[in-house]
Amino acid sequence: MKKSSSRKPFLLDLYSTAIGKKYVMAVTGIIGVGFIIGHMVGNLKVYLGAIEHNGEQAYDIDVYGEFLRELLVPILPHGYALWGLRLVLIGAIILHLHAAWSLTMLNRKARPVKYQGARDYQVANFASRTMRWSGVLVLFFIAWHLADLTWGWLNPGFEYGAIYRNLDASLSRVPVAALYIVANIALGIHLFHGVWSLFQSMGWNNPRFNRWRRAIATGIAAAVVVGNVSFPIMTLAGVINFQPLS
Amino acid sequence: MTNILKNLTLKVWRQDGPTTNGAFETHMIDEITDEASFLEMIDILNERLIEDGKEAIVFDHDCREGICGTCSLMINGQAHGPERGTATCQLHMRKFSSGDTIVIEPWRASAFPIIRDLMVDRSAFDRIVEAGGYITAATGGAPDANLIPVPKPVSDAAMDAAQCIGCGACVAACPNGAANLFTAAKITHLNLLPQGQAERFSRAENMVETMDSYFGSCTNHGECEAACPKEISIDVIALMNSDYRKAKTQNRKQLSRA
Repeated sequence: MKKSSSRKPFLLDLYSTAIGKKYVMAVTGIIGVGFIIGHMVGNLKVYLGAIEHNGEQAYDIDVYGEFLRELLVPILPHGYALWGLRLVLIGAIILHLHAAWSLTMLNRKARPVKYQGARDYQVANFASRTMRWSGVLVLFFIAWHLADLTWGWLNPGFEYGAIYRNLDASLSRVPVAALYIVANIALGIHLFHGVWSLFQSMGWNNPRFNRWRRAIATGIAAAVVVGNVSFPIMTLAGVINFQPLS
Repeated sequence: MTNILKNLTLKVWRQDGPTTNGAFETHMIDEITDEASFLEMIDILNERLIEDGKEAIVFDHDCREGICGTCSLMINGQAHGPERGTATCQLHMRKFSSGDTIVIEPWRASAFPIIRDLMVDRSAFDRIVEAGGYITAATGGAPDANLIPVPKPVSDAAMDAAQCIGCGACVAACPNGAANLFTAAKITHLNLLPQGQAERFSRAENMVETMDSYFGSCTNHGECEAACPKEISIDVIALMNSDYRKAKTQNRKQLSRA
Protein backbone atom coordinates (compact mmCIF):
# COMPACT_ATOMS: atom_id res chain seq x y z
CA MET A 1 0.00 0.00 0.00
CA LYS A 2 1.25 3.41 -0.92
CA LYS A 3 1.59 5.96 1.84
CA SER A 4 -1.26 8.43 1.55
CA SER A 5 1.18 11.34 1.55
CA SER A 6 2.94 10.02 -1.57
CA ARG A 7 -0.29 9.53 -3.49
CA LYS A 8 -1.35 11.56 -6.44
CA PRO A 9 -4.77 13.22 -6.36
CA PHE A 10 -7.41 10.49 -6.37
CA LEU A 11 -8.58 10.62 -9.98
CA LEU A 12 -5.06 10.91 -11.38
CA ASP A 13 -3.92 8.05 -9.17
CA LEU A 14 -6.77 5.91 -10.48
CA TYR A 15 -6.20 6.97 -14.08
CA SER A 16 -2.50 6.16 -13.91
CA THR A 17 -3.27 2.42 -13.85
CA ALA A 18 -4.46 0.33 -16.77
CA ILE A 19 -7.60 -0.77 -14.93
CA GLY A 20 -8.31 2.88 -14.06
CA LYS A 21 -8.05 3.77 -17.75
CA LYS A 22 -10.45 0.94 -18.53
CA TYR A 23 -12.96 2.44 -16.07
CA VAL A 24 -12.59 5.68 -18.00
CA MET A 25 -13.10 3.83 -21.29
CA ALA A 26 -16.23 2.24 -19.83
CA VAL A 27 -17.74 5.36 -18.25
CA THR A 28 -17.07 7.56 -21.30
CA GLY A 29 -18.37 4.68 -23.41
CA ILE A 30 -21.61 4.68 -21.42
CA ILE A 31 -21.93 8.42 -22.01
CA GLY A 32 -21.34 7.83 -25.71
CA VAL A 33 -23.82 4.96 -25.92
CA GLY A 34 -26.41 7.05 -24.11
CA PHE A 35 -25.93 9.84 -26.61
CA ILE A 36 -25.99 7.50 -29.60
CA ILE A 37 -29.26 5.89 -28.51
CA GLY A 38 -30.81 9.30 -27.78
CA HIS A 39 -29.57 10.65 -31.10
CA MET A 40 -30.95 7.71 -33.04
CA VAL A 41 -34.33 7.80 -31.29
CA GLY A 42 -34.54 11.59 -31.74
CA ASN A 43 -33.77 11.21 -35.42
CA LEU A 44 -36.69 8.85 -35.84
CA LYS A 45 -38.77 12.03 -35.73
CA VAL A 46 -37.98 12.52 -39.42
CA TYR A 47 -40.54 9.79 -40.06
CA LEU A 48 -43.24 11.94 -38.46
CA GLY A 49 -42.81 14.45 -41.29
CA ALA A 50 -44.60 17.80 -40.95
CA ILE A 51 -46.77 18.73 -37.97
CA GLU A 52 -48.65 21.80 -36.93
CA HIS A 53 -46.52 23.86 -34.56
CA ASN A 54 -47.64 27.22 -33.09
CA GLY A 55 -50.28 27.42 -35.78
CA GLU A 56 -47.83 26.83 -38.62
CA GLN A 57 -46.74 23.78 -40.56
CA ALA A 58 -43.25 22.68 -39.57
CA TYR A 59 -41.16 19.53 -39.81
CA ASP A 60 -41.32 17.69 -36.48
CA ILE A 61 -37.54 17.16 -36.43
CA ASP A 62 -36.94 20.90 -36.88
CA VAL A 63 -39.21 21.55 -33.90
CA TYR A 64 -37.30 18.92 -31.95
CA GLY A 65 -33.96 20.56 -32.86
CA GLU A 66 -35.21 23.88 -31.59
CA PHE A 67 -36.48 22.18 -28.42
CA LEU A 68 -32.95 20.92 -27.73
CA ARG A 69 -31.61 24.48 -27.94
CA GLU A 70 -34.46 25.65 -25.70
CA LEU A 71 -33.70 22.97 -23.10
CA LEU A 72 -33.92 24.36 -19.52
CA VAL A 73 -34.94 27.81 -20.75
CA PRO A 74 -35.70 30.02 -18.81
CA ILE A 75 -33.50 28.57 -16.03
CA LEU A 76 -30.59 28.90 -18.45
CA PRO A 77 -30.23 31.16 -21.48
CA HIS A 78 -31.05 29.77 -24.95
CA GLY A 79 -28.61 27.04 -26.01
CA TYR A 80 -26.69 26.79 -22.72
CA ALA A 81 -28.06 23.43 -21.63
CA LEU A 82 -27.31 21.99 -25.07
CA TRP A 83 -23.77 23.34 -24.88
CA GLY A 84 -23.42 21.78 -21.44
CA LEU A 85 -24.34 18.41 -22.92
CA ARG A 86 -21.99 18.98 -25.82
CA LEU A 87 -19.11 19.74 -23.46
CA VAL A 88 -19.79 16.47 -21.61
CA LEU A 89 -19.67 14.62 -24.94
CA ILE A 90 -16.50 16.39 -26.07
CA GLY A 91 -14.86 15.62 -22.73
CA ALA A 92 -15.94 11.99 -22.98
CA ILE A 93 -14.51 11.65 -26.49
CA ILE A 94 -11.19 13.22 -25.48
CA LEU A 95 -10.85 10.94 -22.44
CA HIS A 96 -11.96 7.87 -24.44
CA LEU A 97 -9.32 8.65 -27.07
CA HIS A 98 -6.57 9.37 -24.58
CA ALA A 99 -7.25 6.21 -22.59
CA ALA A 100 -7.41 4.12 -25.79
CA TRP A 101 -4.17 5.64 -27.04
CA SER A 102 -2.26 5.11 -23.78
CA LEU A 103 -3.54 1.56 -23.36
CA THR A 104 -2.56 0.73 -26.94
CA MET A 105 0.94 2.06 -26.31
CA LEU A 106 1.14 0.06 -23.06
CA ASN A 107 0.08 -3.08 -24.92
CA ARG A 108 2.65 -2.54 -27.66
CA LYS A 109 5.35 -2.32 -24.99
CA ALA A 110 4.06 -5.45 -23.31
CA ARG A 111 4.88 -7.50 -26.41
CA PRO A 112 7.66 -5.78 -28.35
CA VAL A 113 8.54 -8.97 -30.26
CA LYS A 114 5.45 -10.38 -31.96
CA TYR A 115 4.81 -14.05 -32.46
CA GLN A 116 6.73 -15.07 -35.55
CA GLY A 117 4.28 -17.82 -36.47
CA ALA A 118 0.61 -17.17 -37.23
CA ARG A 119 -1.67 -16.79 -34.22
CA ASP A 120 -4.73 -19.01 -34.03
CA TYR A 121 -7.29 -16.97 -32.09
CA GLN A 122 -10.00 -18.99 -30.39
CA VAL A 123 -12.62 -16.55 -29.15
CA ALA A 124 -11.42 -13.04 -29.95
CA ASN A 125 -13.95 -11.91 -32.55
CA PHE A 126 -13.79 -9.49 -35.45
CA ALA A 127 -15.36 -6.74 -33.33
CA SER A 128 -12.96 -7.09 -30.42
CA ARG A 129 -9.92 -7.24 -32.67
CA THR A 130 -10.84 -4.19 -34.74
CA MET A 131 -11.91 -1.81 -31.96
CA ARG A 132 -9.11 0.61 -32.79
CA TRP A 133 -10.04 0.70 -36.47
CA SER A 134 -13.80 0.87 -36.00
CA GLY A 135 -13.19 3.58 -33.40
CA VAL A 136 -11.00 5.65 -35.71
CA LEU A 137 -13.52 5.25 -38.52
CA VAL A 138 -16.33 6.44 -36.27
CA LEU A 139 -14.19 9.38 -35.10
CA PHE A 140 -13.59 10.55 -38.68
CA PHE A 141 -17.25 10.04 -39.41
CA ILE A 142 -18.24 12.22 -36.45
CA ALA A 143 -16.02 15.01 -37.81
CA TRP A 144 -17.60 14.62 -41.26
CA HIS A 145 -21.09 14.44 -39.79
CA LEU A 146 -20.58 17.69 -37.84
CA ALA A 147 -19.19 19.45 -40.91
CA ASP A 148 -22.17 18.19 -42.87
CA LEU A 149 -25.18 18.71 -40.63
CA THR A 150 -24.05 20.95 -37.75
CA TRP A 151 -21.70 23.45 -39.37
CA GLY A 152 -23.03 22.89 -42.87
CA TRP A 153 -19.67 23.20 -44.66
CA LEU A 154 -20.20 20.03 -46.64
CA ASN A 155 -23.94 20.42 -47.07
CA PRO A 156 -25.31 21.78 -50.36
CA GLY A 157 -27.39 24.91 -49.61
CA PHE A 158 -27.19 24.44 -45.83
CA GLU A 159 -29.88 26.28 -43.86
CA TYR A 160 -29.40 26.68 -40.10
CA GLY A 161 -32.19 24.93 -38.18
CA ALA A 162 -33.79 23.37 -41.28
CA ILE A 163 -32.83 19.87 -40.21
CA TYR A 164 -35.21 18.00 -42.48
CA ARG A 165 -34.05 19.96 -45.54
CA ASN A 166 -30.36 19.58 -44.71
CA LEU A 167 -30.73 15.88 -44.04
CA ASP A 168 -32.49 15.28 -47.34
CA ALA A 169 -29.95 17.43 -49.22
CA SER A 170 -27.04 15.52 -47.72
CA LEU A 171 -28.29 11.95 -47.88
CA SER A 172 -29.71 12.26 -51.40
CA ARG A 173 -26.08 12.10 -52.56
CA VAL A 174 -25.39 8.39 -53.07
CA PRO A 175 -21.70 8.44 -51.98
CA VAL A 176 -22.66 10.31 -48.80
CA ALA A 177 -25.46 7.86 -48.08
CA ALA A 178 -22.95 5.03 -48.56
CA LEU A 179 -20.54 6.75 -46.15
CA TYR A 180 -23.27 7.00 -43.52
CA ILE A 181 -24.14 3.34 -43.94
CA VAL A 182 -20.53 2.15 -43.70
CA ALA A 183 -19.76 4.39 -40.71
CA ASN A 184 -22.84 3.23 -38.83
CA ILE A 185 -21.99 -0.40 -39.43
CA ALA A 186 -18.52 0.34 -38.01
CA LEU A 187 -20.24 2.00 -35.06
CA GLY A 188 -22.39 -1.09 -34.57
CA ILE A 189 -19.31 -3.34 -34.61
CA HIS A 190 -17.64 -1.03 -32.08
CA LEU A 191 -20.70 -1.18 -29.81
CA PHE A 192 -21.04 -4.95 -30.17
CA HIS A 193 -17.75 -5.40 -28.35
CA GLY A 194 -17.70 -2.14 -26.40
CA VAL A 195 -21.01 -2.53 -24.62
CA TRP A 196 -20.22 -6.09 -23.58
CA SER A 197 -16.71 -5.13 -22.60
CA LEU A 198 -17.75 -2.25 -20.36
CA PHE A 199 -19.53 -4.65 -18.01
CA GLN A 200 -16.27 -6.55 -17.55
CA SER A 201 -14.19 -3.40 -17.16
CA MET A 202 -16.51 -2.01 -14.51
CA GLY A 203 -16.63 -5.37 -12.77
CA TRP A 204 -20.37 -5.70 -13.29
CA ASN A 205 -20.42 -9.43 -13.29
CA ASN A 206 -23.00 -11.60 -11.65
CA PRO A 207 -23.97 -15.15 -12.60
CA ARG A 208 -27.61 -14.10 -12.61
CA PHE A 209 -27.30 -11.44 -15.26
CA ASN A 210 -24.09 -12.39 -17.13
CA ARG A 211 -25.95 -13.98 -20.01
CA TRP A 212 -27.79 -10.69 -20.53
CA ARG A 213 -24.58 -8.77 -21.13
CA ARG A 214 -24.07 -10.23 -24.58
CA ALA A 215 -27.76 -9.78 -25.36
CA ILE A 216 -27.71 -6.13 -24.29
CA ALA A 217 -24.60 -5.41 -26.38
CA THR A 218 -26.03 -7.14 -29.45
CA GLY A 219 -29.41 -5.49 -28.98
CA ILE A 220 -28.00 -1.98 -28.64
CA ALA A 221 -25.64 -2.45 -31.58
CA ALA A 222 -28.42 -3.83 -33.76
CA ALA A 223 -30.94 -1.12 -32.79
CA VAL A 224 -28.44 1.67 -33.46
CA VAL A 225 -27.38 0.24 -36.82
CA VAL A 226 -30.93 -0.45 -38.00
CA GLY A 227 -32.19 2.98 -36.89
CA ASN A 228 -29.27 4.98 -38.24
CA VAL A 229 -28.88 3.08 -41.51
CA SER A 230 -32.58 3.54 -42.20
CA PHE A 231 -32.09 7.30 -42.70
CA PRO A 232 -29.83 7.20 -45.78
CA ILE A 233 -31.79 4.27 -47.22
CA MET A 234 -35.16 5.95 -46.70
CA THR A 235 -33.83 9.20 -48.14
CA LEU A 236 -32.63 7.42 -51.28
CA ALA A 237 -35.95 5.57 -51.41
CA GLY A 238 -37.78 8.90 -51.32
CA VAL A 239 -39.55 8.35 -47.99
CA ILE A 240 -37.59 11.23 -46.49
CA ASN A 241 -38.23 13.88 -49.11
CA PHE A 242 -38.09 17.60 -48.32
CA GLN A 243 -40.80 19.91 -49.72
CA PRO A 244 -41.00 23.54 -48.73
CA LEU A 245 -43.92 24.05 -46.34
CA SER A 246 -46.18 27.03 -46.91
CA MET B 1 -5.67 -48.03 -30.65
CA THR B 2 -2.22 -46.82 -31.49
CA ASN B 3 -1.47 -45.05 -34.69
CA ILE B 4 1.83 -43.92 -36.08
CA LEU B 5 2.12 -40.34 -37.29
CA LYS B 6 4.49 -39.85 -40.18
CA ASN B 7 6.43 -36.96 -41.69
CA LEU B 8 5.86 -34.19 -39.19
CA THR B 9 7.69 -30.95 -39.86
CA LEU B 10 8.61 -29.03 -36.71
CA LYS B 11 9.52 -25.37 -36.87
CA VAL B 12 11.12 -24.75 -33.51
CA TRP B 13 12.23 -21.37 -32.19
CA ARG B 14 15.95 -21.39 -31.31
CA GLN B 15 17.52 -18.49 -29.46
CA ASP B 16 20.83 -18.49 -27.57
CA GLY B 17 19.93 -15.96 -24.93
CA PRO B 18 17.69 -13.08 -23.88
CA THR B 19 19.45 -10.49 -26.00
CA THR B 20 20.41 -12.47 -29.10
CA ASN B 21 18.26 -12.83 -32.17
CA GLY B 22 16.43 -16.08 -32.62
CA ALA B 23 15.08 -17.94 -35.64
CA PHE B 24 13.00 -20.95 -36.51
CA GLU B 25 14.88 -24.21 -37.04
CA THR B 26 13.21 -26.98 -39.02
CA HIS B 27 13.29 -30.59 -37.88
CA MET B 28 11.61 -33.63 -39.40
CA ILE B 29 9.94 -36.28 -37.28
CA ASP B 30 9.73 -39.31 -39.58
CA GLU B 31 7.64 -41.44 -37.25
CA ILE B 32 6.05 -41.01 -33.84
CA THR B 33 3.32 -42.91 -32.01
CA ASP B 34 0.19 -40.88 -31.40
CA GLU B 35 0.33 -41.99 -27.76
CA ALA B 36 3.44 -39.88 -27.22
CA SER B 37 2.87 -36.63 -25.42
CA PHE B 38 4.00 -33.47 -27.13
CA LEU B 39 6.91 -33.10 -24.72
CA GLU B 40 7.94 -36.74 -25.25
CA MET B 41 8.08 -35.98 -28.94
CA ILE B 42 10.52 -33.13 -28.21
CA ASP B 43 12.47 -35.46 -25.86
CA ILE B 44 12.89 -37.94 -28.70
CA LEU B 45 13.98 -35.15 -31.03
CA ASN B 46 16.45 -33.90 -28.41
CA GLU B 47 18.02 -37.35 -28.01
CA ARG B 48 18.56 -37.40 -31.73
CA LEU B 49 20.08 -33.91 -31.65
CA ILE B 50 22.43 -34.90 -28.83
CA GLU B 51 23.49 -38.06 -30.69
CA ASP B 52 24.26 -35.89 -33.68
CA GLY B 53 26.39 -33.67 -31.46
CA LYS B 54 23.97 -30.73 -31.62
CA GLU B 55 22.50 -28.61 -28.86
CA ALA B 56 19.26 -29.96 -27.43
CA ILE B 57 16.17 -27.72 -27.58
CA VAL B 58 15.69 -26.03 -24.22
CA PHE B 59 12.12 -26.04 -22.91
CA ASP B 60 10.42 -25.84 -19.52
CA HIS B 61 8.74 -28.89 -18.02
CA ASP B 62 8.44 -30.52 -14.64
CA CYS B 63 5.55 -32.65 -13.36
CA ARG B 64 4.21 -33.63 -16.77
CA GLU B 65 0.80 -34.23 -15.23
CA GLY B 66 -0.73 -30.81 -15.70
CA ILE B 67 -0.48 -29.51 -12.14
CA CYS B 68 2.79 -27.63 -11.80
CA GLY B 69 2.50 -24.91 -14.44
CA THR B 70 6.08 -25.25 -15.63
CA CYS B 71 5.53 -26.29 -19.23
CA SER B 72 4.62 -23.66 -21.76
CA LEU B 73 4.96 -23.51 -25.58
CA MET B 74 3.00 -21.66 -28.20
CA ILE B 75 1.99 -24.46 -30.57
CA ASN B 76 0.59 -23.46 -33.96
CA GLY B 77 -0.39 -20.07 -32.58
CA GLN B 78 -2.19 -21.45 -29.54
CA ALA B 79 -0.87 -21.36 -25.99
CA HIS B 80 -0.49 -24.98 -24.80
CA GLY B 81 -1.60 -26.16 -28.23
CA PRO B 82 -4.94 -27.21 -29.67
CA GLU B 83 -6.32 -29.23 -26.74
CA ARG B 84 -8.70 -27.22 -24.54
CA GLY B 85 -8.18 -27.13 -20.79
CA THR B 86 -4.80 -28.85 -20.76
CA ALA B 87 -1.20 -27.80 -20.37
CA THR B 88 1.31 -28.73 -23.07
CA CYS B 89 2.44 -31.78 -21.08
CA GLN B 90 -1.06 -33.24 -21.37
CA LEU B 91 -1.25 -32.63 -25.10
CA HIS B 92 -0.80 -35.79 -27.10
CA MET B 93 0.30 -36.37 -30.66
CA ARG B 94 -3.13 -37.81 -31.49
CA LYS B 95 -4.29 -34.20 -31.80
CA PHE B 96 -2.10 -33.94 -34.93
CA SER B 97 -2.09 -35.73 -38.28
CA SER B 98 0.60 -37.16 -40.51
CA GLY B 99 2.27 -34.55 -42.67
CA ASP B 100 1.43 -31.64 -40.33
CA THR B 101 3.74 -28.70 -39.90
CA ILE B 102 3.92 -27.71 -36.23
CA VAL B 103 5.23 -24.28 -35.27
CA ILE B 104 6.63 -24.10 -31.73
CA GLU B 105 7.41 -20.75 -30.15
CA PRO B 106 8.13 -19.50 -26.64
CA TRP B 107 5.65 -17.29 -24.74
CA ARG B 108 6.21 -13.76 -25.97
CA ALA B 109 5.89 -10.83 -23.59
CA SER B 110 8.34 -8.20 -22.45
CA ALA B 111 7.76 -9.39 -18.87
CA PHE B 112 8.71 -12.95 -19.90
CA PRO B 113 12.23 -12.60 -21.33
CA ILE B 114 13.46 -15.64 -23.25
CA ILE B 115 16.16 -17.47 -21.32
CA ARG B 116 17.01 -19.83 -24.14
CA ASP B 117 15.07 -21.39 -27.02
CA LEU B 118 11.57 -22.08 -25.68
CA MET B 119 12.24 -21.31 -22.03
CA VAL B 120 11.10 -17.98 -20.62
CA ASP B 121 11.56 -16.29 -17.26
CA ARG B 122 8.13 -15.95 -15.60
CA SER B 123 9.36 -14.41 -12.36
CA ALA B 124 7.20 -11.33 -12.99
CA PHE B 125 4.36 -13.55 -11.74
CA ASP B 126 6.27 -14.07 -8.48
CA ARG B 127 6.50 -10.29 -8.05
CA ILE B 128 2.70 -10.06 -8.39
CA VAL B 129 2.10 -12.84 -5.86
CA GLU B 130 4.59 -11.29 -3.43
CA ALA B 131 2.60 -8.06 -3.57
CA GLY B 132 -0.50 -9.58 -1.99
CA GLY B 133 -0.96 -13.30 -2.61
CA TYR B 134 -0.90 -14.17 1.09
CA ILE B 135 -3.07 -13.99 4.21
CA THR B 136 -2.21 -13.17 7.78
CA ALA B 137 -3.11 -16.08 10.02
CA ALA B 138 -2.46 -16.76 13.70
CA THR B 139 0.36 -19.24 14.10
CA GLY B 140 0.15 -22.20 16.43
CA GLY B 141 -1.88 -25.35 16.21
CA ALA B 142 -3.95 -25.84 13.10
CA PRO B 143 -7.53 -24.61 13.66
CA ASP B 144 -10.28 -27.18 13.65
CA ALA B 145 -11.77 -27.95 10.30
CA ASN B 146 -14.98 -26.05 9.56
CA LEU B 147 -14.25 -23.56 12.34
CA ILE B 148 -14.77 -20.76 9.80
CA PRO B 149 -18.00 -21.33 7.90
CA VAL B 150 -17.69 -20.76 4.15
CA PRO B 151 -20.80 -21.05 1.95
CA LYS B 152 -20.41 -23.84 -0.59
CA PRO B 153 -20.83 -21.63 -3.71
CA VAL B 154 -18.20 -19.24 -2.35
CA SER B 155 -15.70 -21.97 -1.62
CA ASP B 156 -16.37 -23.49 -5.05
CA ALA B 157 -15.73 -20.16 -6.77
CA ALA B 158 -12.58 -19.58 -4.71
CA MET B 159 -11.31 -23.07 -5.51
CA ASP B 160 -12.02 -22.57 -9.22
CA ALA B 161 -9.78 -19.49 -9.10
CA ALA B 162 -7.21 -21.31 -6.96
CA GLN B 163 -6.70 -23.83 -9.74
CA CYS B 164 -4.36 -21.36 -11.43
CA ILE B 165 -0.95 -22.99 -11.84
CA GLY B 166 0.77 -19.79 -12.95
CA CYS B 167 1.87 -21.17 -16.31
CA GLY B 168 1.51 -17.83 -18.13
CA ALA B 169 -0.67 -19.12 -20.96
CA CYS B 170 -3.07 -16.21 -20.32
CA VAL B 171 -0.31 -13.69 -20.98
CA ALA B 172 0.94 -15.67 -23.96
CA ALA B 173 -2.52 -15.94 -25.52
CA CYS B 174 -3.54 -12.34 -24.83
CA PRO B 175 -3.21 -10.12 -27.90
CA ASN B 176 -2.13 -7.37 -25.48
CA GLY B 177 0.24 -9.39 -23.33
CA ALA B 178 -1.93 -8.72 -20.27
CA ALA B 179 -1.74 -10.77 -17.07
CA ASN B 180 -5.22 -9.92 -15.85
CA LEU B 181 -6.45 -13.52 -15.72
CA PHE B 182 -3.49 -14.66 -13.63
CA THR B 183 -3.62 -11.72 -11.25
CA ALA B 184 -7.40 -11.87 -10.99
CA ALA B 185 -7.32 -15.60 -10.25
CA LYS B 186 -4.81 -15.05 -7.45
CA ILE B 187 -6.82 -12.13 -6.05
CA THR B 188 -10.19 -13.89 -6.35
CA HIS B 189 -8.95 -17.06 -4.71
CA LEU B 190 -8.17 -15.14 -1.50
CA ASN B 191 -10.67 -12.28 -1.72
CA LEU B 192 -13.68 -14.59 -1.79
CA LEU B 193 -12.73 -16.43 1.37
CA PRO B 194 -13.17 -15.16 4.95
CA GLN B 195 -9.47 -15.75 5.64
CA GLY B 196 -8.57 -13.26 2.92
CA GLN B 197 -10.74 -10.37 4.07
CA ALA B 198 -8.24 -8.48 6.25
CA GLU B 199 -5.95 -7.82 3.29
CA ARG B 200 -8.70 -7.83 0.67
CA PHE B 201 -8.34 -4.27 -0.56
CA SER B 202 -4.62 -3.81 -0.02
CA ARG B 203 -4.19 -7.06 -1.92
CA ALA B 204 -6.30 -5.87 -4.84
CA GLU B 205 -4.50 -2.55 -5.00
CA ASN B 206 -0.95 -3.87 -4.62
CA MET B 207 -1.27 -6.86 -6.92
CA VAL B 208 -2.97 -4.84 -9.66
CA GLU B 209 -0.36 -2.10 -9.50
CA THR B 210 2.50 -4.59 -9.55
CA MET B 211 0.87 -6.28 -12.55
CA ASP B 212 0.65 -2.89 -14.24
CA SER B 213 4.39 -2.38 -14.06
CA TYR B 214 5.06 -5.53 -16.13
CA PHE B 215 2.13 -6.34 -18.40
CA GLY B 216 -0.30 -4.95 -20.96
CA SER B 217 -3.96 -4.14 -20.42
CA CYS B 218 -7.13 -6.19 -20.76
CA THR B 219 -9.40 -5.53 -23.74
CA ASN B 220 -11.80 -8.37 -22.94
CA HIS B 221 -11.07 -10.58 -25.93
CA GLY B 222 -11.38 -13.71 -23.77
CA GLU B 223 -8.37 -15.43 -25.34
CA CYS B 224 -6.86 -16.05 -21.87
CA GLU B 225 -9.87 -18.05 -20.74
CA ALA B 226 -9.73 -20.15 -23.90
CA ALA B 227 -6.01 -20.85 -23.43
CA CYS B 228 -6.07 -21.49 -19.67
CA PRO B 229 -5.23 -25.13 -18.92
CA LYS B 230 -7.44 -24.82 -15.84
CA GLU B 231 -10.26 -23.08 -17.77
CA ILE B 232 -10.45 -20.24 -15.27
CA SER B 233 -13.27 -17.90 -16.27
CA ILE B 234 -12.75 -14.23 -17.07
CA ASP B 235 -15.43 -13.65 -14.41
CA VAL B 236 -12.48 -13.42 -12.01
CA ILE B 237 -11.21 -10.40 -13.98
CA ALA B 238 -14.51 -8.63 -13.38
CA LEU B 239 -14.21 -9.38 -9.67
CA MET B 240 -10.69 -7.95 -9.66
CA ASN B 241 -11.87 -4.83 -11.50
CA SER B 242 -14.63 -4.35 -8.97
CA ASP B 243 -12.38 -4.98 -5.95
CA TYR B 244 -9.72 -2.66 -7.30
CA ARG B 245 -12.25 0.16 -7.53
CA LYS B 246 -13.43 -0.55 -3.98
CA ALA B 247 -9.80 -0.60 -2.88
CA LYS B 248 -9.28 2.81 -4.42
CA THR B 249 -12.36 4.30 -2.77
CA GLN B 250 -13.26 2.48 0.46
CA ASN B 251 -9.66 1.62 1.13
CA ARG B 252 -8.68 5.20 0.74
CA LYS B 253 -11.02 6.32 3.48
CA GLN B 254 -10.09 3.61 5.95
CA LEU B 255 -6.46 3.00 5.23
CA SER B 256 -5.34 6.53 4.39
CA ARG B 257 -4.67 6.78 8.13
CA ALA B 258 -1.33 5.13 7.44
